[in-house]
Amino acid sequence: MPKLTIDGREVEVPAGTNLIEAARRLGIEVPYYCYHPGLSIAGQCRLCMVDVGNSPRPQIACNTLAADGMVVRTETPKVLETRQSVMEFHLINHPLDCPVCDQAGECWLQIYYMKHGLYEPRMVDEKVHKPKAVPLGPHVILDAERCILCSRCVRFCDEITGTGELGIFQRGDHSEIGLFPGKELANPYSANVVDICPVGALTDRDFRFAVRVWYLETAKSVCPGCSRGCNIEVHYNLRRPHHNQGHRVARLKPRENPEVNQWWICDAGRYGGKFVDDASRLLFPTRGRENAAREVGWDEMVPLVAARLRDYRPDEIGVLASPRMANEDLFVLKRLVEHLGIANVDFRVPPGRPGDEDRILIKADKNPNTRGAELIGLAPRAGGLDARGMLRAARERRLKGLWVFHHDLLASAWPGSEIREALRALDWFIFQGSNANGISPDADVLLPSATWVEREGTFTNFEGRVQRFWKAVEPPGASLSDWEILARIGDALGLGAVPGRAEDSFKSLAAGVPAFAGLSYRELGDFGKEAATA
Amino acid sequence: MAERILTRNFHLPESHTLRVYRETGGYEGLSDVLAMAPATIIETVKRSNLRGLGGAGFPTGVKWGFIPKGHQGPVYLVINADEGEPGTFKDRYLLEKDPHGLIEGMIVSAHAIGSRLAFVYVRGEYVQPWRIFSRAVQEAYDAGFLGKSILGSGVDLDVVVHRGAGAYICGEETGLISSLEGKKGWPKLKPPFPAVRGAFGAPTIVNNVETICHVPHIVQRGASWFAALGTAGQGGTRMYSVSGRVARPGVYELPVSVTLRSLISEHAGGIANGRRLKAVVPGGSSAPILTADEIDVTMDVDGLKNAGTMAGSAGVIVMDESVSIPEALMIVARFYAHESCGQCTPCRESTGWIYKMTRRIVEGRGRKEELDTILDVARRGAGTTICAFYDGAVGPYISYIEKFRDEFEALIPK
Repeated sequence: MPKLTIDGREVEVPAGTNLIEAARRLGIEVPYYCYHPGLSIAGQCRLCMVDVGNSPRPQIACNTLAADGMVVRTETPKVLETRQSVMEFHLINHPLDCPVCDQAGECWLQIYYMKHGLYEPRMVDEKVHKPKAVPLGPHVILDAERCILCSRCVRFCDEITGTGELGIFQRGDHSEIGLFPGKELANPYSANVVDICPVGALTDRDFRFAVRVWYLETAKSVCPGCSRGCNIEVHYNLRRPHHNQGHRVARLKPRENPEVNQWWICDAGRYGGKFVDDASRLLFPTRGRENAAREVGWDEMVPLVAARLRDYRPDEIGVLASPRMANEDLFVLKRLVEHLGIANVDFRVPPGRPGDEDRILIKADKNPNTRGAELIGLAPRAGGLDARGMLRAARERRLKGLWVFHHDLLASAWPGSEIREALRALDWFIFQGSNANGISPDADVLLPSATWVEREGTFTNFEGRVQRFWKAVEPPGASLSDWEILARIGDALGLGAVPGRAEDSFKSLAAGVPAFAGLSYRELGDFGKEAATA
Repeated sequence: MAERILTRNFHLPESHTLRVYRETGGYEGLSDVLAMAPATIIETVKRSNLRGLGGAGFPTGVKWGFIPKGHQGPVYLVINADEGEPGTFKDRYLLEKDPHGLIEGMIVSAHAIGSRLAFVYVRGEYVQPWRIFSRAVQEAYDAGFLGKSILGSGVDLDVVVHRGAGAYICGEETGLISSLEGKKGWPKLKPPFPAVRGAFGAPTIVNNVETICHVPHIVQRGASWFAALGTAGQGGTRMYSVSGRVARPGVYELPVSVTLRSLISEHAGGIANGRRLKAVVPGGSSAPILTADEIDVTMDVDGLKNAGTMAGSAGVIVMDESVSIPEALMIVARFYAHESCGQCTPCRESTGWIYKMTRRIVEGRGRKEELDTILDVARRGAGTTICAFYDGAVGPYISYIEKFRDEFEALIPK
């Protein structure tokens, strides 16, 4: 491992580390635009120049590998002058339309001008004009005048998705990013180019002009869109509630996790969180159907549900858990069904259409916690019915009560007529979930769940990696985390040791299920840990 | 009159044909040369002090030596016939008048570096040279000078003639390689250098047409003969393209020890129409300009370097007293703004900016501080880019203003 000196401090780095990353290890920030650790080296922006050994000219740090005994200086007068010049070059043809630019506040031209520019502008001529507000695809829109031609978006489409939609056309200061003829930027990862665009050239058609970024807060999270469990950030706005049509969650952004999703997320995941602020949210515990539906408090609802579970024989009750529920929820539910002796437990419902999958991130299983449900054990217990068996038993009036979590059975692979007939035949049907769906109108009890951004918890991805997500916003109305609803009902049924926080449930899970042994919220950290799945 | 080597047959009718080439001794020594060990040829070229004649002036034999020892897999020889440097038109004559000289040079050079496939990248606008050269390649194939086991030597060489599409940057060796690979003609980051990782990922030697044309003569007549023709640091003759306000513009092959004064006043017939010399650009548009008082310099790489300019492509652009230096700079600046490939920021942005400033100055709308702005921008950008294009542009930006500042200031409103 080469040992080198940067700004007078020694650092040892793995062979093949470039000077940007070597400096980063020491907390020294070398500014750059075109470099991206997930893409090939382009060396185009010329901002990352540093002084290397006796070389007469500064060298680009991105394309210079650390070597044993190398002496690097990142703050010499020549380096500082070069950075300032490169900032000036980047900005002479830039429109400086920050007040109307959606990138303002998170723009690396703004950030680096304040850090490394601060020159007196000298350019008085007409700037070069290029196409503006050009839609490149369903999610991305281009302002070529703001573009600094770092080519990250081009390299992303060439190297990560392999779709090659983008190129740089023309020459000199007329160079511009654009689509190859007949192409559209519509690959399943297209909006990642917005994340890696350091300036306001590529913006998100869904997010732009919705909320100023300085009103946004950030919570660490995990995408619930498939079993990959891409690490994400939830960007939400509470400070200007009238913006973005009142939607609190403004956007989802990838969060780097080298073990899971590197720097990327798919578009389906990125735009898959709309249900959080949707009008279809279930807000209050509700009993009765249609015109007879009545919103009630949890103080009335909990005893009602407890009574149903107590008053029916366990074999007359079916519980259909969901792989969308967190480990914390599933563990309380498992304890509850065991306490009540209910054997008709399942979580698997085949989707109506098989999910798409690729070799990058997207998994066919569109649930975030199938592996968790498997490990915790929500499959039918001895002598119990599986999901479809429960529906059959309901039609045959052997099953009297059904408690469904989250699933829209009408979107499953099973015939709708079977499902409707089964649901109508029941004495009672409890639906617990965050949003109304195809079957929720048939329920005579609705239990409103918080979504994943409104609570804490963990998902176990397809590889058995247990990953935490954090609370961003409050649950709306009277909705609660699934584990908390279950804990209240369990308490009324004498379950005992019910959790008061999500973490309590996880502690019990770690103590009670071998695969989770040794794990804790602290142990999981920001990036998760593998459960002992072997 | 010194001996002419590359242009010796230019006066003959049909000099481009295989027949005339062979009648004048062409391909005669090839069999013997192909029997030589490649290392011997490389050593000979090193000792001859042959330096790259495309512009950079890098020692040719040294460049050949950069191919990794013991490399397995293909090695490519690429001939740079893109000749885009303004004021330079020598390679065009070689392609048109002596195409077999180039082919023989390629055979010998490819043998030396272990290449069995050579590319000739011809400037897109060079339609006639491309036609003539392509015909010569066909003739050479038909006569067994190209293809499998040339003259029964066991040495193979295939030649692919590739036309450019009209971009100056494709004359930069790595821009040329990108273009040859079917990509946009953007120069590549170095390292790796082409000799290690060039065209299609293989070790590649890119040499200028004229450079390669010298090789058979060096190998057959000896390194010391060639070295003795030139100066201490550079051997041989080279072809000077003389243009502008001289009585006899054209290509002159002379030993590199010739002085600029002699080239202009004796060989090119002096300044046309009895005017006086004002300035000379001695090595293509990228070379810093020399004033009329600075022409007592030898035209070799080191001589011109010591004079603060460069030998470059040996395109000698002569300006007389009627030429406006600010207008000349505006034209040069427009060229660099137009031809900047746009890959890296300092060049992409400042070539356009500097052109706009020079244009306003010429139009009488310049600002007092702008001459210093141009100098400052040029100096700050120099040495910060991927390729030498911008450093080439900086040559004229700085030298025209520094040496003729009064002329610029006279155009700026008080």
